[in-house]
Amino acid sequence: MPERPGGGLPVRKTYKLFIGGTFPRSESGRSYPVTSEDGAFLANAAMASKKDLRDAVVSARRALGTWWGATAYNRGQVLYRVAEMLEGRRSQLGDEVAAAEGLGRRAALRLVDLAVDRWVWYAGWADKLAQVAGGVNPVAGPYANYSLPEPTGVVGVVAPRASSLLGLVSVVAPVIVSGNTAVVLASETRPLPAVTMGEVLGTSDLPGGVVNLLTGRTSELAPVLASHRDVDGLDLVGAEPDEAAGLEMAAAGNVKRVLRPGPVEPDWGRPPALRRMLAFVETKTVWHPVGI
Amino acid sequence: MRWVVQGLRGEMGSGASPASVATHAVAPAATDRRGPVLVGGGSEESLRRFLHGLPGVDQVGAEARAARLAARSIKREAKLAALDLAVRCVDLTTLEGADTPGKVRALCAKARRPDPSDPAVSPVAAVCIYPDLVGLARQQVGSSGVAVASVATAFPSGRASLRVKLADVEEAVAAGADEVDMVIDRAAFLAGRYGKVRDEVVAVREACRGRVLKVILETGELSTYDNVRRASWLAMLAGADFVKTSTGKVAPAATLPVALVMLQAARDFASATGHQVGVKVAGGVRTAKDAIRYLVVVNEVAGPAWLSPGAFRIGASSLLNDLLMQRATQLGGAYAGPDDFTLD
Repeated sequence: MPERPGGGLPVRKTYKLFIGGTFPRSESGRSYPVTSEDGAFLANAAMASKKDLRDAVVSARRALGTWWGATAYNRGQVLYRVAEMLEGRRSQLGDEVAAAEGLGRRAALRLVDLAVDRWVWYAGWADKLAQVAGGVNPVAGPYANYSLPEPTGVVGVVAPRASSLLGLVSVVAPVIVSGNTAVVLASETRPLPAVTMGEVLGTSDLPGGVVNLLTGRTSELAPVLASHRDVDGLDLVGAEPDEAAGLEMAAAGNVKRVLRPGPVEPDWGRPPALRRMLAFVETKTVWHPVGI
Repeated sequence: MRWVVQGLRGEMGSGASPASVATHAVAPAATDRRGPVLVGGGSEESLRRFLHGLPGVDQVGAEARAARLAARSIKREAKLAALDLAVRCVDLTTLEGADTPGKVRALCAKARRPDPSDPAVSPVAAVCIYPDLVGLARQQVGSSGVAVASVATAFPSGRASLRVKLADVEEAVAAGADEVDMVIDRAAFLAGRYGKVRDEVVAVREACRGRVLKVILETGELSTYDNVRRASWLAMLAGADFVKTSTGKVAPAATLPVALVMLQAARDFASATGHQVGVKVAGGVRTAKDAIRYLVVVNEVAGPAWLSPGAFRIGASSLLNDLLMQRATQLGGAYAGPDDFTLD
């Protein structure tokens, strides 16, 4: 092990899961080696099991009431706080993204900055989504008629395989901004920035369980997540194209909302849109009698 | 006739002296299906000597053994069998001031057919309710085999005169209760007036007229495992069919070490008198995992003879849904969600 520049041995970090606001190792005790893009060993990451996933869903379900029940303004504030914490970890994340994706440090830092901006962009939508996705409907009767977007519930996210941080941020933020809670399977080969992202979320006022991050074998965990009957939505962006159809079929058991993956991973550098937020809201329409 | 007393098993058990059990326990009438009853011959003083002569509970040992048994891994087939057994052992309970007739009807429907989508799921052992709802529950469970259990004797505190308690029991029995869950007078027990506690249990047993009598010790108020052991023996000597941990209204309710101590007492009582007394845990058992842990402790401490609704019960309400969900998970492969099951 290399020495620290100032002398002494460095303290190595244990990369753990993030479930219910805590950082457990996998219940199974398993871990797997993570290498950099050029094959050098980086660290051992926890290899989550079915039971860890089950626990994550229980945490997400428990957190849903609190997070959904918070005012949109408050959710926006909390998400902005996440961006502040993310900014504070810029250097560390830059190193991890550079190692994971085989980039130069300058390019990696640019991706981290983009991720922070992306998070802030989504945080701003917390109290604006209802104006765009909802509204007052004209009806022929003595009623005030409103449509409001409401969160779908617990959403499973298979995070992008290639873009370890910017991709992750670009799929998690739109899910939770509307009040959903998320169970996220991090990129199998590039999980380390996701673990650090978990540490950011764990120190930023986000109620425990709103985001749960699991590292491990996607082929082992994704089918369990897709068929879990207490999960309400599924974002398959990081699923292998040939596995996505099977996962979508497994998700049909309790009519999950499914966001299908494209043939190739999106270019996360492009400006974001409303699509990922609108995929996981349900429209509630209220008829309110007036003039009676 | 006196009971022929065999040697008791020593291992962490309560090891009552055989001779003293013989003093306190006399044979029931031949027609009485139930066990020995303590009769007047045992004076308050000799009762105290007997109960205080029981060996003390090794607190650290009992807790360590319960923790060790709780960590046991249950494999797939055994887990499915355990879940089915746990469903059959459930006393589906609602004991709230807000219990409406509609709530009781729903509870009875759930007791008869816990999972309407799967006829393979057996009915639960009993529904457990307040005495004024017994008539309704009796009518709702019909001939399904589900028993109607009523709490009585000024549940949950037990603070009323014996006359009031007996009237409570008689009304429940007259309304059609198959089982009566009585509470002991904890204040008398803690003050050392064991004779009063015994006399009440004996009187309630008379008033039950052959119904199954469960005696609630309310272990959360008894402070020590020694007291739990003494109260268990006292209740069993006085003729309980079941000893039950708690009312569910006091924290801590059922815990594994307490159940372990009570199961030891039941086992030792059986080997001393040949009569099997059941154990019921109630309060705080919410997950299928907890229920399976209790079943492991029952099997390891008391033995397989206690692994049936006739000798082991779990008083619970939300537990049943978790058992059904875990069962569906085991059978279907996918994790189940609460949306597929009725609300309690």
